[in-house]
Amino acid sequence: MQKLKLKHLVAIRWFHWINFPLLFLMIWSGILIYWAYPIYHLGPITFFPKWFYSTLHIDHRLADGMAMHFFFMWLFVINGIAYVTYTLVSGEWLLLVPRSWSAFRDAWHVLLHDLHLRSDMPAQDKYNAAQQISYTAIIIMGVGSVLTGLAIYKPAQLAWLAAVFGGYPNARAIHFLLTAGYVLFFIVHLIQVALAGWNNFRSMIIGYEAIKIPETQSKAKTLEWVDEHE
Amino acid sequence: MSNRNRDIILPEEEARRELRDRTRRDFLIGGVAAVVGVGSYEWIMKAPQDNGAPWPQRSVLNLNGKISEKYLSDSHLMPSYSAGQISPLKANGDIGLGSDFDTNTWRLQVVNGDQAPSIRLRLSDISSLPKVNMITRFCCIEGWSSIVSWGGVRFSDFTKRYFPPGQTLPHYVAMVTPDENYYVGLDMKSALHPQTLLAYERNGKPLEYAHGAPLRLVMPVKYGIKNIKRIGLIRYTNTRPDDYWAEEGYDWFAGL
Repeated sequence: MQKLKLKHLVAIRWFHWINFPLLFLMIWSGILIYWAYPIYHLGPITFFPKWFYSTLHIDHRLADGMAMHFFFMWLFVINGIAYVTYTLVSGEWLLLVPRSWSAFRDAWHVLLHDLHLRSDMPAQDKYNAAQQISYTAIIIMGVGSVLTGLAIYKPAQLAWLAAVFGGYPNARAIHFLLTAGYVLFFIVHLIQVALAGWNNFRSMIIGYEAIKIPETQSKAKTLEWVDEHE
Repeated sequence: MSNRNRDIILPEEEARRELRDRTRRDFLIGGVAAVVGVGSYEWIMKAPQDNGAPWPQRSVLNLNGKISEKYLSDSHLMPSYSAGQISPLKANGDIGLGSDFDTNTWRLQVVNGDQAPSIRLRLSDISSLPKVNMITRFCCIEGWSSIVSWGGVRFSDFTKRYFPPGQTLPHYVAMVTPDENYYVGLDMKSALHPQTLLAYERNGKPLEYAHGAPLRLVMPVKYGIKNIKRIGLIRYTNTRPDDYWAEEGYDWFAGL
C-alpha cells in the first residue's frame, strides 16, 4: 500500500506561490529605490558594489522603483494578511508556531542533524522546531517590514511609528536589514528544498507527498477519498 | 473542509496513477497561474505611460495620494528638533535657479485662478507677517534627510492675508520659479498645514542662492522635490497643477 500524505493545504500553497513573485518584486523595486542613497556597508563590503547596479541595470530608476514598490505593496500586504488569517482560522498556526522554549533547543538539535553532526532528530509534529522558528520569524519580519516601511513612507503622519523604530534614518536601516534577512532566508530555504528532494518539492505544488507503507502496517481497506477542493 | 486528516491510502498501482494525475493537473494549474502572473506583470509594466509611469501604477500612486490626503491632518506634525541636532543640508536641485536673476527686482506674483488680477509682492510684504522658526527634518526623495532650521511665514497666514477675502479657496496651489523651469503642484490641505512655510531664512541667516533665495517653500510633510526654491509665482487654482517631477514618473502627491 502507498499513502499520499497531505502535506500542504491548497490555500497555503496558493499564498506561498503568490508571495514568492510579490516578495521578489518588492525586493527588486526596493533595490531600485535604495540605489539613490546607497549608504549601508558591512565593514569594507558596500551594499552594493558598482558592478551590481550596472550589470542589473538598477541605476537611475528611482521613480520606477517607487511606482512599483507602492503598487505591489498592496498585493504583498493583502496576501500576507490573508495567509496569517487563514492559518489562524484553520488552526494551522498551532503546527507552525513554536509552543515552548524548548523549541530553540530542538532547533539547534535539528541544525546539528542537518549539518550531519548528529544522526537523530528530535520528536516533532508536522514541522520541526527549526521550521517552526523560521516560519514564525519570517512572519514577524514581514510585520516589521510593513511597519518600518510605513514609518519611512509617512514619517510626518506616522511620526510616532518612526519614533518607535528610533527615528526616520533608523527605520530605513531596519527596513533594509529585514530585506537582507529575506534574502538569507531564501538562500537557506532553496538549499533545504534542494536537499529534501523532488517528492517534497512536488508536495508544495500538488499538496501530497508519496509515502510507502510496509504491507504489515497497511490496515486501510477502505479508501479515504476526500477531495481537497471541497 | 470537513476532515483534517485527508491522506489518501491506496494500493501501489492506484496510488501511482493518483499521484500522476494530481501532479499533471496541479502543474498545469501552476503553469497557467504563472503565465497569468507574468502576463499581468508585463501588461502593467508595458501599459501606456501617464507622466512617466505606466498608467496602472500612476492610478495607484494617485490613489495612495488620495488616501494620504484624506488622513493627513493638522494634528500630524513632523517632529521638531533642538538647535544642537541641526545637520548640514545638501543643495540638491538647481533647476529653475539660473544665474540671470536679480533679488532687487524680484517680486512674488500671486494669482487667484486665471481671471483675477495678480498682485506683486516684495519680500517685506511677506516678512511683515508673523514669523515662524522651526527645526524640522527635510526628507529628500532619494532617501537622505537633514535636520534644518528654517525661518519664514506660514503659508496659511500668507493666504489669509493675500488671498482675496470672501472667495472660496480653490483645491490646489501652483508655485513656479521666475524662469518657469521648475514648478510644483500642491493640494490645499498640505499647503495650509501649520508647518508649511514660505521661508526666507535658514539657520537664522537669509537664504543662500543655492537654497532658494530670496523665498522658498518649506514643507516637512512633502519630499524635498515639492519644497520649491526661488518662488516667482503662486497661483491658487482648481485644476491640478503641473509638477516637474511628477512628469518624470514620480508621485504627484509626494506626501510624507
